[in-house]
Amino acid sequence: MADLIGADLATRTPPLAGFHGGSGAASLSAATPATRLSLRAKPDAVSALSLALGLSLPTRSKTSASGHGRHALWLGPDEWLVIDENGADLTTAVASSGVLHSATDISHRNTAVIVKGRGAEVAINGGCPQDLSLAVFPVGACSRTVLGKAEIVLLRTAEDTFRVECWRSFAPYVSGLLNEAAEDAGN
Amino acid sequence: MLLIYCPYCEEERSELEFRQAGDAHIARPTNMTEMTDEEFEAFFFLRDNVKGLTYERWRHLNGCGRFFNAARDTVSDKFVTTYKAGLPKPDISTLRPATEAIVETYEATESDAK
Ligand SMILES: [Zn+2]
Repeated sequence: MADLIGADLATRTPPLAGFHGGSGAASLSAATPATRLSLRAKPDAVSALSLALGLSLPTRSKTSASGHGRHALWLGPDEWLVIDENGADLTTAVASSGVLHSATDISHRNTAVIVKGRGAEVAINGGCPQDLSLAVFPVGACSRTVLGKAEIVLLRTAEDTFRVECWRSFAPYVSGLLNEAAEDAGN
Repeated sequence: MLLIYCPYCEEERSELEFRQAGDAHIARPTNMTEMTDEEFEAFFFLRDNVKGLTYERWRHLNGCGRFFNAARDTVSDKFVTTYKAGLPKPDISTLRPATEAIVETYEATESDAK
């Protein structure tokens, strides 16, 4: 009986499983699976939610807060994307805040590509109109924006590294476009 | 590519992140059930379609997601100013530059119908 356990279980295939690409100037890889939350709340709930998440939710445009593999990204005046790379149960965490908020688990709606290298900015700018120079988009900066025809959320995790979040159904398009642009970035 | 200033992001962003969302400052009637068809038509369908300065709703769709208002010139495509939703129409005379750049329109350069 024991050897049958597992045989009947459905296995989940991540949308970009095993994906690697890019060029010497900008390498591309699939981000490790993470839990994600689309969080919306009024200003008076921000401090209690911050306490529950162990991160102070940013309240300024294009800023984020990070710690222990958890990131809170400002998307709009009352909207955040929370990512936990350790797979923590974020919905339960915010539910303990005791304040009015809206939280939707989008762990499997999104996936992410990590773009790394000296040509990372150029590769992303192949489809994204934002100014990604360090002065305007420093480490820790984040933004919802576009990459070609797809909506993405950008997070700069290091001077030469970006996390590009996109909806899973756009993953082939986003990774393909980034792959083309990363090859051009090497020239 | 046009750059549009989002009053919520407090930054200029590419037009690719925005969508136009119709005329601004159109008050929704409170007595809709008592209106005549003509009155409803005027509220719902009829727009001025002005040539020149117009007030529009825009949405920073692939950005902060917020609706805001913009004063825009339909001839030059220039955004005179943008402001948060819910604010009154700004006094454009204080915002417009004293000497406006001359816009070459078809009427000015090609046609004789002046
Ligand atoms: Zn915005």
